[in-house]
Amino acid sequence: MSAIYGLYADPNIAQRAVNNLRALGVADADITVISSEPFEHFEFGHRDAKTAMPWIAAGAGLAGLGLTYWLLGASQRSWPLVTAGMPVVPLWTNLIIIFEMTMLSAILATVITLVVTAFVGQRGKLYDPEVSDGYILVGVEHPPDAAKLEPALTIDGGRVKHAS
Amino acid sequence: MNRTLTKPFTDDMVRPVMSTTVWFWAILLATGTVVACGAAAWAYQLWYGIGVSGKRWPGFWALYLTNFVFWIGISHAGTLISAILRLVNAGWRRPVTRVAEVITVFALMIGAMFPIIHLGRPWLAFWLFPYPSAREIWPNFRSPLAWDFFAINTYLTGSLLFLLLPMIPDFATIRDRATGWRKSVYRTLAFGWRGTTTQWNRLESAMQIMAIAILPVAVSVHTIVSFDFSMANVPMWHSTIFGPYFVAGAIFSGIAALIIAMAALRKALHLEKYLQPLHFENLGKLLLLMSILWAYFVFNERLTVWYGNEHHEMAVFWATQRGQYAPFYWTMVVCNFLVPMLLLTNPYTRTITGCVIASFGVVVGMWLERFLIVVPSLAHKALPYSWGTYTPTPVELYIMAATFAAMILLYTLFAKFVPIIAIWEMKAGDFAHGAGQGVGAGDPHRIDTTPVSTEAAS
Repeated sequence: MSAIYGLYADPNIAQRAVNNLRALGVADADITVISSEPFEHFEFGHRDAKTAMPWIAAGAGLAGLGLTYWLLGASQRSWPLVTAGMPVVPLWTNLIIIFEMTMLSAILATVITLVVTAFVGQRGKLYDPEVSDGYILVGVEHPPDAAKLEPALTIDGGRVKHAS
Repeated sequence: MNRTLTKPFTDDMVRPVMSTTVWFWAILLATGTVVACGAAAWAYQLWYGIGVSGKRWPGFWALYLTNFVFWIGISHAGTLISAILRLVNAGWRRPVTRVAEVITVFALMIGAMFPIIHLGRPWLAFWLFPYPSAREIWPNFRSPLAWDFFAINTYLTGSLLFLLLPMIPDFATIRDRATGWRKSVYRTLAFGWRGTTTQWNRLESAMQIMAIAILPVAVSVHTIVSFDFSMANVPMWHSTIFGPYFVAGAIFSGIAALIIAMAALRKALHLEKYLQPLHFENLGKLLLLMSILWAYFVFNERLTVWYGNEHHEMAVFWATQRGQYAPFYWTMVVCNFLVPMLLLTNPYTRTITGCVIASFGVVVGMWLERFLIVVPSLAHKALPYSWGTYTPTPVELYIMAATFAAMILLYTLFAKFVPIIAIWEMKAGDFAHGAGQGVGAGDPHRIDTTPVSTEAAS
């Protein structure tokens, strides 16, 4: 993997580096920003923020609700135990299990979505261990012309590095 | 503002993972011994049968079920408080959340063991699991015990994931600093975390969704545990107030456990800079609020029973007010209401020490409350010929002591392998509260970014 990147101690400078890369025509999707904390107060921290995760969680919750409703009813009808004069399929008591399974489905779908969208395929990609000391990495992987990008990253004490 | 000044903070958090003190081994040995004694007591019970416990007709739900309800209650400290504070974006939550979430997971694990210990033949526990089986034992979904199974497992799964997900960025931080076998272990645990903006955004979204989902689950768990009692036609159990009463009591005992855990960690891991008096004061106020709420519920429950004047309920009522269980009852009132009122209403005594003393009182008081719910009612059922008494045996007491030791043991091990304060959340909080912009001086939430080591200073 070839890459060029800068390490910045200050998020304001990191934001400027991102802006400089954009000014040079680098597409947003090609700019990598890596940090040891989320930067909600900076524009670069909101790139790629849109996610269908809440909808997926809601959908999975609904699916869990429907499936549990059906499974409970089916198993109760298969072995019709009459308890304390309650109906064979008592909705009041079934609601408790339906609720738990709805929430569990939503939680599991959220975690699966997170794993698929944020963790899969990360190995071997651009990274520098200095990030964990608080530095913010701004860079471009597989740059067509690294020399052209270097001035955009060489700003205010930022250290530019090359990875090959 | 140079963000690398957060390095001393990261070093403080990672240090316990990288180095081991004599105290760690001492705690491990002491708690391990007690846990081993508890395991031996359980083995003794398995060998000689359930009769070696004090469970006798009519008190078949005795100390084991008391501890089950107690530990499930303690579990309400973490995920519930953490989720609420996360959703309202309370800045002071940052050093507290992980300390709290760990309590939930371990307390649930310990609590969920008690129904198994309670069984005469626990190797057949899977017979109770609600699934259609070849033995033609079909699940009875009307049973509160089946509801327990679903509720506790949902809460445990959710809480475990709620705890694990925010640990991944911290595993990556340790991965970058560790060498040798530690590096391999933490590289695996970090799941290839790099800290890209996409990863942060997805993690934050997932945590928000899970916080929303886990709140009603947490409330449902203790409501369902209360259903184990209130669905039965037993004096002073069959009450509509039990659901919210149990939830309030659970949050109450949970906060107390959290304060004790925070104080212990603060001292043991030298976290004075991060777990500040402000955090204890805020939790102390919350504990006071829950104490008042608890008293309100107890008053409601007692008044209704007394006013109803049902013969069989009054037997339980008087047994706890002025009979054989009265010492436990009044100790409970002192611990759960008077001590918190005395110590936490006064700003001069609402110190770390004051909060810890009140919390110890609440933990004792809430355990007694669980005991007083379980035992006197079973000992005074509707028909007087079935009245009886209950005395715990050493087997039960050993097992109970072992669970408390197990909690300390598990917590110590966790704090050894994982930063007990979320590093990335603290850093993010530092910036959110202005320290990163150089305007946060004096803000009690912020990380103290003063270089403390010569390495950082240079």
